[in-house]
Amino acid sequence: MSQVQQHDQIPSFDSVAEFFAQALAIEVEAAERYTLLADQMEVHNNREIAEIFRKMAAIESEHRDEVARRAGDALVAGRPVNFSWTAPDGPETTELEQLHYLMTPRQALMLARHNEERAVSYFEAIAATATDPAIAGFAREMAEEERQHVAWVDQWLLKFPADEPGWDEDPDPPLYSE
Amino acid sequence: MNMIPTEVRALKPADYKSAVKPVWCPGCGDHSVLVAFQRAMAELALPPEQVAVVSGIGCSSRIPSYTSCYGFHGVHGRALAVASGLKVARPDLTVVVASGDGDGFSIGGNHFLHACRRNLDLTYIVMDNRIYGMTKGQPSPTTESDWDTAIAPGGTGLSPFHPLVIALASGANFIARGFTGDVGGCAKLIVDAVRTPGFSFVQILSPCVTFRSDQQKAWKSLVREAIVPETDDPARAARRLMTDDGFNLGVLYRGKRLPYQPRPSDNLTPSHFESEFAI
Amino acid sequence: MSKTLQPTTLSIALTGSGGAGVMTAGQILLDAAAHCGLYGLMTRSSGPQIRGGEAAAMIRLATQPVQTPGDRFDLLLALDFENVERFAAELPLDSGSLIVVDPAAGEVPAFLRASGAAVASVPMAKLAKTIAGGRVAMIALGILAKLTGLPESSIIAAIAASIGRKKPEAMEASANAVRLGASEAPDGGVARLALPAEPRSHPRWSITGNEATGLGALRGGIKFVGGYPITPATEILEWMAGALPQCGGVLMQAEDELASINMIVGASYGGLPSLTATAGPGLSLMIETLGLAVASEIPLVVIDVMRSGPSTGIATKSEQSDLNIAVYGLHGDAPHVVTAPLSIADCLLTAQWSVHLAETLQTPVIMLSDQSLGQTRAVIDRPEDVEFAGKRLVLEGDPTNYQRYAQTESGVSPMAIPGTAGGQYTADGLTHTPRGAPSSQARDHVEQMDKRQRKLDRFDFGAHWAEIDGDGDLAVLTWGSSSGPLREAVAAARAAGIQVRLIALRLISPTQPERLAAALQGVKRVLVIEQNHAGQFWRYLRAHYALPDDVVPIHCPGPLPIRPGEALAHIQQGALA
Repeated sequence: MSQVQQHDQIPSFDSVAEFFAQALAIEVEAAERYTLLADQMEVHNNREIAEIFRKMAAIESEHRDEVARRAGDALVAGRPVNFSWTAPDGPETTELEQLHYLMTPRQALMLARHNEERAVSYFEAIAATATDPAIAGFAREMAEEERQHVAWVDQWLLKFPADEPGWDEDPDPPLYSE
Repeated sequence: MNMIPTEVRALKPADYKSAVKPVWCPGCGDHSVLVAFQRAMAELALPPEQVAVVSGIGCSSRIPSYTSCYGFHGVHGRALAVASGLKVARPDLTVVVASGDGDGFSIGGNHFLHACRRNLDLTYIVMDNRIYGMTKGQPSPTTESDWDTAIAPGGTGLSPFHPLVIALASGANFIARGFTGDVGGCAKLIVDAVRTPGFSFVQILSPCVTFRSDQQKAWKSLVREAIVPETDDPARAARRLMTDDGFNLGVLYRGKRLPYQPRPSDNLTPSHFESEFAI
Repeated sequence: MSKTLQPTTLSIALTGSGGAGVMTAGQILLDAAAHCGLYGLMTRSSGPQIRGGEAAAMIRLATQPVQTPGDRFDLLLALDFENVERFAAELPLDSGSLIVVDPAAGEVPAFLRASGAAVASVPMAKLAKTIAGGRVAMIALGILAKLTGLPESSIIAAIAASIGRKKPEAMEASANAVRLGASEAPDGGVARLALPAEPRSHPRWSITGNEATGLGALRGGIKFVGGYPITPATEILEWMAGALPQCGGVLMQAEDELASINMIVGASYGGLPSLTATAGPGLSLMIETLGLAVASEIPLVVIDVMRSGPSTGIATKSEQSDLNIAVYGLHGDAPHVVTAPLSIADCLLTAQWSVHLAETLQTPVIMLSDQSLGQTRAVIDRPEDVEFAGKRLVLEGDPTNYQRYAQTESGVSPMAIPGTAGGQYTADGLTHTPRGAPSSQARDHVEQMDKRQRKLDRFDFGAHWAEIDGDGDLAVLTWGSSSGPLREAVAAARAAGIQVRLIALRLISPTQPERLAAALQGVKRVLVIEQNHAGQFWRYLRAHYALPDDVVPIHCPGPLPIRPGEALAHIQQGALA
């Protein structure tokens, strides 16, 4: 079992504003990551998946804008006070190695669903451990919002049947360009 | 870190990415290295125009044009030499060198030795996937001896070498290892490497999703944070690195060598030397 | 665009991306055609992605052997249009062409519409889904079978021989998909080739230039290869890695090109005929040690599969721009041999000949192949076997007073192979005495320079130095892979009544002034045609050969191939004198 940095430390917050600043960072990162993934799939001519990821990026961006409003003046230069760019990936951020150039819409949506579920657990954990009832309340709200996202992805998933065997078969060998 | 910014710009990781979309395969570890690099630069608050990224040839070496920094995509194996010249000419720049295990340890092997020895203030990131990806799957100096390839059927039969030991023996001042499955961890190492004066070598295990799809899963379960804290004693580091299984992550050696930086001694004009010839 | 240039050929392009399997499908088409008795060749083009990128397979089928892509495509089958603009310059179509598209691929791109080609729609993706395990590429192959006149059975057999071997359970689905595609193919639109009624009597091969090079090297007696991967030469190394050990030899991957060339110098010094394969950037690295091999008179062969330069250039595209470095690259006066195969089949003969020359003349031979030969697969008549009787002159018998670099009439002196009692000497890049001791004496320098020049001057390279045919006062002078399109253009010119000579050089260096003079007897105008930007071959000829006053240099760089039609236009222009 890997011992690398896991996001299993439940952070504590000194203020509601700080909580929202952290929540904002999570949404920002999630949106940026979806855009990155969409670009990768576009370069590899998988337009269907690129579109799915762009939609997810749009959803996260909306969520981000909303959280930004609530975070208000808790932000310093657009980010939380104790924020570090070298922290592990946020709970809602897709891991880059999960991609495959032939991945199916179902697989892409399952990734998204997994992200939303992790976000649910994250906010629920904060709600459970926060000493400030206001923070706990807002954390519960965030968890509920993420739960709605899970449901929404589930609806979307209904459109796609189970993956066919051979989805990752490519008769052509790898090519090179240099 | 080499430069104190005269004004602190609120730089974000996105500021270090160019508009060029990477052609790396989806799932390639190098995507994570790019993200880690961007985050590291944001953390260091280095203006992109003050950073130069120098590379050789290979999949990993594509990285300069994916950043918004000054980039140099050189010939195969010579990135360290180019970077050395650049750094001596322009000590004010932050110079980051990027390559792969083939480019860096095979054809670049000689330059690797001497870059470590010279100990210029450079940061060298090697994206190690134990294969030649760009040319479709030949073994590299870090490939296992029994890995079957077309050019070496049944495996090379050669033991892979230990780049971290070589770096230590050659005089590198900072030696670390990261894994792309931990983007934040890689970002931290890059920040530390850049901040540490002298030659900083960071090997980042970066699985190749196309030619070695086994690696991502296998490595995820093999890597660990090094249990023993980093050392500044070369002898102790040598012993640890020689017995290292290749999966210990973190800073493994941090030396105390002062970086090498030749400087001009004066500012005379050429006519000063005529007296040498005058009769 | 006139079709009379290629009445017996059919050019087909397949484009698609993201796992569609375009390259494999193209290969299957070529294989099927070959088994029906046709000739042909296949080239490929792709985006920079390692997997899933946009790809184009370009196939030319013919009833007679062809050596080069044609002027235009009769048929383009597009599985999708992802980034297909990338291939715009490589897919010439016109109003006589047919484009078969999947309507799901969206609007036909402007550059394709502009060609005036007819467009037929077949919902290939939808059709594939009606068959369990059906793949779009198989539907496409069925369509192609119908349009080209190849029997469905030949396509299915070709599938069985390739993909079928790895996945036998997919065969039924594939066969059904092929049949379905054939039944849904649009009517007509493409002129079919007449398939031979009886099987060909002459044995034929399906082979790439790189494979032919490897085989030629083996035939020449190579026993050691040291090499480093580089596009587009790596396949030579990978093929020989499998074959050479089975023929009593050894191949080692080196750490870089400096090591490669030095390893083969070492192995050759030890007595084994040795070879390496590389491309322009690698050859640049090898230059210093090539000089060492010249000075110490050590035989070796370097295959340079030329690609578009300079520097990293376009690694996957062809060009003939390494002539200068091959001939002039060494520092000092360092005469050596440079050869260039004239076709894919000729890669075998030229590689074998190059080994023979290296061993006989105890000198490096650089063989200038290129990407268009190396990575194109062609169906060819099995080449005739050639015997090259030359072998290395070694010290045998009484070693008394042995001098490694003794002055001989031919210039070739016996080489002592380590292990030979009494023959010990030190090979050296330093200027040396006949015995091999370092010397700074003027006399030794001049004597050894004369010796090394003399051994090339006095050697009879024989008829292989060039391929010459035809008559008339107009001549086309070319070299290497440019011979392919020129041969086709010359045939068409002659068919139209234009008298023209074709002189295609297989030996670039040393020069053969008397031979070329004889070939140019009566010629008033010479067209020099080559694929590089600076006219390297033309300038080389001007420097070293007597040419008629009227010389027309035609040089265009890669990455696009020289088309027979373009070459014909130049010849027609040249004939208006």
